[in-house]
Amino acid sequence: MSTHVRHLRGLTIATAVTVTAALSLVFFYAPLEAEQGFVQKIFYIHVPLAIVSLVGYCLGGVFGLMYLRTGERVWDMRSYCAIHMSLIFSVGGIIAGSIWAKASWGHWWVWSEPTLVSYLIVILLFCTYQPLRFSIEDPERQARYAAVFSIVCGAFVPINFIVVRLSAAYVHPRVLNLEGGNLPGSMKLTFYLSLLGIALLFTTLMKFEMAAKEMRIETRRLRRKLLGDDAVRPLGRTASPS
Amino acid sequence: MIALFAEAPALPLHTAGPYVAAAYIVFLLVVLLYVWIMARQLISGSRELRDLKAQLDEREHTGAGPAGPAPVEQHPHSEAGPAEPASLEPAAHE
Repeated sequence: MSTHVRHLRGLTIATAVTVTAALSLVFFYAPLEAEQGFVQKIFYIHVPLAIVSLVGYCLGGVFGLMYLRTGERVWDMRSYCAIHMSLIFSVGGIIAGSIWAKASWGHWWVWSEPTLVSYLIVILLFCTYQPLRFSIEDPERQARYAAVFSIVCGAFVPINFIVVRLSAAYVHPRVLNLEGGNLPGSMKLTFYLSLLGIALLFTTLMKFEMAAKEMRIETRRLRRKLLGDDAVRPLGRTASPS
Repeated sequence: MIALFAEAPALPLHTAGPYVAAAYIVFLLVVLLYVWIMARQLISGSRELRDLKAQLDEREHTGAGPAGPAPVEQHPHSEAGPAEPASLEPAAHE
């Protein structure tokens, strides 16, 4: 059994329980917000998705750094999977955010809003990660260049976040700050449980993806063993670690 | 459970309901789509892996050398299907 599949069953159950509990709190425990009312419930899905995806991009950079330090391909795979999952979560977060913006501001997107535009820039930046990998045929070079890209862009994420927080004019609300934010206790509990649920979901899906990638690598290895190294065809381009 | 829902306050779904529902449904669909793709990959991959292991065991029992490409079975849902030229890769790329 793969190292990534270890504890996967327990993690999956913990994720399902936490997400179910978080959804129950969102709809049956957290009070309605005074100004926005029911539409504010989108906050409990949009903000955790955005936070987890941004942390995932940074993690991709950390894993890339670990790959450059150790040269172990497993770190390249972790970096790839973290960035891939972050992109999926970003898409979910940005769609949920757009729906919330339409409901509360009357527009799907506000181009003058630094928070929205900077988040879009981060997503577009990481959208180039897979084409970059795909454009390099040699797996060693592919992993090395991808690691450098993930480190540089991963470092860009917190810098970008800080710059946007320093921005003077914005309509996007600031819910969390260093003093713990201005959420009441019941909302805070619901939010933190949602955040935990989304973080667990990210980890579980990332581990499943890594298990699938490991299985593919093992399949190739066995096929080579079965056919003999001389009988194999040349490597085709692939964006995922091989 | 029914008693719990009966006690819970009614959700004000008149105006904001469709927006909230849309946001959560989009999230659920994205996750379900990803899980479906991943499950397909894992199922076909494990089937292929099992077949390859069985073929290798069989070859070790008979004592034969590396065979040609004929014994390798390609599954229709496998990533290494006929349209994928990257299905067979050299040892240097491991």
